[in-house]
Amino acid sequence: MSDVLLSVEGLAATYNHAIRAVSDVSFAVRRGEIVAVLGANGAGKSTTLQAISALLPARRGQVAAGRIIFDGREIVSASPAKLVRAGIVPVLEDRHCFPSLTVEENLITGAIGRGAKSRAIRSDLDEVYELFPRLKRHRRSVSGLTSGGEQQMTAIGRALMSHPRLLVLDEPSMGLAPLVVEGIFRALKQLNSERGLSILVAEQNSTVALRFADHAVVLESGRSALSGASTELRSRDDIKTLYLGGSPQIDVAEKPLIHAVVTV
Amino acid sequence: MFDYQFFLEVLIGGLLSGVMYSLVAIGFVLIYKTSGVLNFAQGAMLLFAALTFVSLVERGAPFVAALAATLVIMIALGIATERLVLRPLVNQPPITLFMATLGLSYVIEGAAQLLWGTQVHGLDIGISDTPFEASGVLISRFDLFAAAVAGSLVALFALFFRYTRTGLSFRAVADDQFAALAVGLRLPRVWAAVWTVAGIVALVGGLLWGARLGVQFSLSLVVLKALPVLVLGGFDSITGAIIGGLLVGAIEKLAEVYVGPSFGGGIEAWAAYVAALALLLIRPSGLFGQKLVERV
Repeated sequence: MSDVLLSVEGLAATYNHAIRAVSDVSFAVRRGEIVAVLGANGAGKSTTLQAISALLPARRGQVAAGRIIFDGREIVSASPAKLVRAGIVPVLEDRHCFPSLTVEENLITGAIGRGAKSRAIRSDLDEVYELFPRLKRHRRSVSGLTSGGEQQMTAIGRALMSHPRLLVLDEPSMGLAPLVVEGIFRALKQLNSERGLSILVAEQNSTVALRFADHAVVLESGRSALSGASTELRSRDDIKTLYLGGSPQIDVAEKPLIHAVVTV
Repeated sequence: MFDYQFFLEVLIGGLLSGVMYSLVAIGFVLIYKTSGVLNFAQGAMLLFAALTFVSLVERGAPFVAALAATLVIMIALGIATERLVLRPLVNQPPITLFMATLGLSYVIEGAAQLLWGTQVHGLDIGISDTPFEASGVLISRFDLFAAAVAGSLVALFALFFRYTRTGLSFRAVADDQFAALAVGLRLPRVWAAVWTVAGIVALVGGLLWGARLGVQFSLSLVVLKALPVLVLGGFDSITGAIIGGLLVGAIEKLAEVYVGPSFGGGIEAWAAYVAALALLLIRPSGLFGQKLVERV
């Protein structure tokens, strides 16, 4: 069995057969690895992730060229439901919880796809609640009324209910307070180290992503511009300025404030 | 002097006949909520169900057997519609889907005509339309029966949505189709289930309406009655469809009796549209239309 779980080779994708959002993206995720996809707004991160999960057609997009290989098999033409069953489970940008369902019902929807038995669902729920105790407290709340952080936890928990082999997260930090982001990434790291879950995560917040990821690939205008080990990328100051739409001054501001007072 | 008892009689008659409108409207809401399609063919499905049932009975099939056979045919029709008409059009704009169902309604009507002919059939489901008196108010036995049937059907659906996995999938898809796709729900399956349920609603509605008006081609025009119900209740609320139906029934009858004479009568047919129009100006999403559950 090969070491590589997912490989994307020369991926190009368009919307409405006309607008080219991604023109040449290549990278690989090895088993048990966390890989970050970095890039500014519009660099093609979401399109790349949606191409992997076969969600582009639902957004009137299509893969125009390239190959996506998961566990040795070409998956470009598979259906999203099939991919979830095969183990590629997306956590969407903006979380997309089912707003009128309770937190627990949201989690259960993640298990319907694989046709789980009630008892298996019960024990999976307990595992999610152990990872995110907040969700247990709010499990009867309507999801649309829970906080952004809780919705992100619900979305991740819902994905875990599908028994992923590769979790594909799109901007999990979006709109969340730094402390909440830290908690989410810690949980992801825990899943990764305890269960060997492979994770692919797209992030604008490169500071956090590079701290938790093993490898990273930087996208620029729909191309993979650069990739390497996170430790190596972190040590290069020019990367942010060149590729991530940031300036060195902003970097300073993003450093954690040690004396900040945190209220929850 | 105001005749209170007469008013009550008109009101109750209106509410009970409104239940029949709700029954048609619910078929619309189910499909609209889960797939965003305004299924104009709901009326044709209703006609097709009634016509199939009546024709089977007239050919000597026993009541229960005819009912079961019609049910199977309606389910097959629902699944075929999803597969042959809507699936190829997935991700198309709503107006395309609407036009497809408009076309579909003519295909279904044509098929019904081809299969069962064009004559008017009487449909007797064994409930007499004689009124009985309850504390001085005359109530139609048939209306009461129809209301009971519709009520139990709705209760059954409510339980189904609340407590089964398919029901949960329904609600998930209705909430957020993209997310439903992403968590691995098989949307075609959910849609097939929705069309099946819509077929069942059409069958029940078709039998009740057929028994009331006779089974004829104008039966498919009850969709037009469902429109003010949907406008009043909101297109995406089952509760709204029920209450909208009751409102439309009551408005029609009360308007006919109390306002009608000053217009020379005959306003029953359009009073509900006036009410719907007036409401549109105040609340475009209807009385129970979805207000997004969202934290701000």
